[in-house]
Amino acid sequence: MNKRDGEGSSRKNADAAREQSISSSPVVAAFKVFQQELDTKHDKYERLVKISRDITIESKRTIFLLHRVTNVPNTEDVLKEADLKLEGVRQKIGQIAEELRGEDFYQFHRAFTPGIQEYVEAVSFSHYIRHRSLISLEEINARLVYMRAEGVDPKGSGEGVAPGAQVLTFHVTPSDYLLGVADLTGELMRMCISSVGNGDIDTPFQLSQFLRQIHDGFSYIGNTGPYEVSKKLHTLRQSLGKVEDACYTLRVRGSEIPKHMLADVFCSRTALLDPDEGVA
Amino acid sequence: MSVTEMFSYIQGFLSADQDVREEIRKVVQGLEQTAREILTVLQSVHQPSGFKEIPSKCAKARELFCTVKTQIGDLKTKFPAEQYYRFHEHWRFVLQRLTFLAAFVVYLESENLVTREEVAQILGIEVVREKGFHLDVEDYLAGVLIMASELSRLAVNSVTAGDYNRPLRISNFINDLDSGFRLLNLKNDPLRKRYDGLKYDVKKIEEVVYDLSIRGLAKESESSGDK
Repeated sequence: MNKRDGEGSSRKNADAAREQSISSSPVVAAFKVFQQELDTKHDKYERLVKISRDITIESKRTIFLLHRVTNVPNTEDVLKEADLKLEGVRQKIGQIAEELRGEDFYQFHRAFTPGIQEYVEAVSFSHYIRHRSLISLEEINARLVYMRAEGVDPKGSGEGVAPGAQVLTFHVTPSDYLLGVADLTGELMRMCISSVGNGDIDTPFQLSQFLRQIHDGFSYIGNTGPYEVSKKLHTLRQSLGKVEDACYTLRVRGSEIPKHMLADVFCSRTALLDPDEGVA
Repeated sequence: MSVTEMFSYIQGFLSADQDVREEIRKVVQGLEQTAREILTVLQSVHQPSGFKEIPSKCAKARELFCTVKTQIGDLKTKFPAEQYYRFHEHWRFVLQRLTFLAAFVVYLESENLVTREEVAQILGIEVVREKGFHLDVEDYLAGVLIMASELSRLAVNSVTAGDYNRPLRISNFINDLDSGFRLLNLKNDPLRKRYDGLKYDVKKIEEVVYDLSIRGLAKESESSGDK
C-alpha cells in the first residue's frame, strides 16, 4: 500500500493502481453486493407502484359507474357490473400480496397506499349503495384472501398453509381504511346532489345522516390519526355542509307544496336546479 | 357494525400505535445521547495531541458501544419484530450516526472499510431482515458517507498536526469508496443526495494531497519510510 503511494506522483502508476483497485478491492466487491440488493428493492418498489396505479384507475372507473345508479331504473345491473370490476381490482391487490410475500409489509407501504385507499373508497361506496351502511375494516379484509394452488411453500410462512393450496392475505391498514372512508364522503356528497337532481327526496336525508355520523367519527379521532386525516377532515366538513344545505332546501320548499306534487316539482326543476346545486 | 363502533375501533388502534411510538422515541433519545458521547470521544483525534491517542480513544469508544448494545436491545422489545419498517423513521437517523461512528472507529484502528456485518456486530443487531432488528443497506451506506466527510476533515487536520502520510492513505481509501459508490444505481432519494456530497470530500482530499506533493512533503517522509 505504502509503496503505491510513494510513486503516486507518476500518473501512470497511480492510474494502474486505481485500475487494479477497481477490479479487485474488497470494497468494490462489497459494493457489488449492495448494488444487487438495492436494485432488487427498487425494482420491487416500481412494480408495486405500477400495480397501485392500475388499482387507482380501475377503482375510479368503478366509482364513476356507481354514480350512474341515481338515474337508471335498474340499479341491480349497475351494481353487478361494479362488483365485476371490483373483483378485477382484488386480483390486482392479490398481485401486491404476492410481491409482498416474505417481505416487510411497511417497507413498501408507500408504493401502494394510494391504490389501496382508492379501492377502499370504491368498495365502501358500492357497499353503501347496497346496504346503506359503512363497510367495516374486517369485511374489506375478509375479501382480500387469495388461494394459490401452487405446491409447497418453500419458506413455510406462518400464514396458515392448507395442504396443496396456499392462503395469501392482504391487510388494509386502519389508516388506509380511514383515508379511504374520508374520500368516500366526497362521493356521497356528489351522489346526494345528483339524487336531488333526479327528484329523489329520501336519499339526501339518509345521506346527510350518514355523513354526519362519519363526521362525528372523524372528530372523535381528531389528531390521533395520521397527518393526512386532518387535511381530509376539512374537505369532509365542506361536503357535509353542501349535503345539509341541500336537505335544508328540500325541507323548506317541500313544505310549500303538497306532498303528492313534490316529486313533480323537483322533476321539472331539475334542469334549473342541477347546475346550481352542483356548484354550491 | 355501526359507524360509531367502527370509528372507536380505529381510534383504539391509533392510540395503541401512538403509545408504541412514544416508547420508541424515549429509547431513541437515549441512543442519541450515547451517540453524541461517542462522537465527542472521537472528535479529539482532530486535535494535534489526539493523533497519538488514537488507540486509547478507540478503546474508549468501543466501551461506549456496549451501552449502545443494551439500548438497542431495549429498543427491540418495544415493537413486534416484523414491523421494523413501520417505525423505521424513528431510529433511522440515529442508526446512521452509529454506523458512522462504528465505521470511523474501525477505520482509525485498521484503516479498512467496516463491513456491514461488522457494524451489525458492534451494534448487536442483525444483517438480514429475517433474523430480527437489522441494519438496512441504505442506512449502512449513509453512515459510510458521513464517515467520508469526517475523513476529509481528518486529512486536513493531520497535515496541521504534521502527519503528512495520513492524507495519502485517506485519499486512497476515499477513492476506493468513490468507485464503490459509482457502482450503485441510486434513486432520487436522501441517500443519493448524500452521495452527491462525496465528490466534494474527494476533491478536498485531493487538494490536500496536491499541496503536499508539490512541496515534496509527502514524498520526503514516504521515501524516508521506504529506505
